[in-house]
Amino acid sequence: MATKGQQFLEMYGKVTEFTKELMEENSRLKSRVNDLIADRESFLSDGMQDPEESSLVRKLEELKREKQDIINQYRQIEEENKDFLNRYEEIAFENSNLANLYVASYQLHSSLDLNEVLQIISEIVINLIGAQNFGILMLNEKRGMLEPIRAVGLPIEALSEVKMGEGIIGSGAESGEVYYRKSFDRNAPLDVHHPMVCVPLKIKDEVIGVIVVYALLPQKEKLLKVDYDLFGLLAAHAATAIFSAKLYGDSIRKQKTIKGFLDLVTH
Amino acid sequence: MPVKILVVEDSPTMRQLVVFSLRSIPDVKIVEAEDGLDGLKKVQSESFDLAMVDINMPLMDGLKLISLMRQDPRNGNVPIVVVTTESGGEVMAKARDMGVNAFVTKPVVAGSLLKTVKTLLQEGSLS
Repeated sequence: MATKGQQFLEMYGKVTEFTKELMEENSRLKSRVNDLIADRESFLSDGMQDPEESSLVRKLEELKREKQDIINQYRQIEEENKDFLNRYEEIAFENSNLANLYVASYQLHSSLDLNEVLQIISEIVINLIGAQNFGILMLNEKRGMLEPIRAVGLPIEALSEVKMGEGIIGSGAESGEVYYRKSFDRNAPLDVHHPMVCVPLKIKDEVIGVIVVYALLPQKEKLLKVDYDLFGLLAAHAATAIFSAKLYGDSIRKQKTIKGFLDLVTH
Repeated sequence: MPVKILVVEDSPTMRQLVVFSLRSIPDVKIVEAEDGLDGLKKVQSESFDLAMVDINMPLMDGLKLISLMRQDPRNGNVPIVVVTTESGGEVMAKARDMGVNAFVTKPVVAGSLLKTVKTLLQEGSLS
């Protein structure tokens, strides 16, 4: 019991000593902080007393603020630049699309020769849309049949006549609605009755034929917005171009016949 | 001095699209050729800063024109851009061997075509 009491007293003594040391250290640090505060105040008051130095301090503060303002403005302009860049890219993309549409429209009405018109339609479908296999079928109103008149990327014999209202192509021609297949398999064998796109060629509401697309070029992964616009343009402008070329061809033939007849009568 | 670009393309649709796209380059002079032979005549009569050549053309194909162009003292080092439906294969490999600088695959997007041409013209002016 006496030993335990002695141990407790020893420990108490040590704790007291440690506490004293801590208090002394604390007091020393407090004194040091006070010295430093005094030094700083003295430095500032001395500085304030010197007008040149005081003005420099103010200038420095101003410059710091200006710098911060400039950094903020720079960040804001950087954000605006990003917006402008995005907008520029969008406009450039739209311009490209408009260029394609302009060229397609211009070319479609640049000839009255039926073969040339069909060639131009083919060029648009290959070069601007990126189709690899496609065909053009024209409506024979008397027979109510769509007859193949051009094939690209496949022999024309591979395309068969289609009755109006039958299958994807016939139904598309009858309804006048463009048909797009949502998904397509590049490796699937070509089935002429199941095109990936069927575009009825219309003059107002009258369908005169169809363009059927079976496959895209290997580097063309999918149809884009501009392709749908081009198909829309083809639906109307290709129809009028073909119709005009046919009428012109007929009128030239009739003119030749009449001329021949007149020559025969007058000579 | 205007930038002179030769466009050799038999398809009027493609030629118009290419010319239409290139017209946005400031101070550009575009010379059009309808086929390889027509292109060769133009190459032999004047200097160009760049040529855009189609591969499949009547009378003289694009590869033949490019090989003759590379031998031409006036236009032998002109950057050439090939416009093709192929995205790879033998024709592109041959064209690359002949020193073709860039390829534009169909379907042609006016914006990317212009970007390719501008980059080559810039590289040409730097060198």
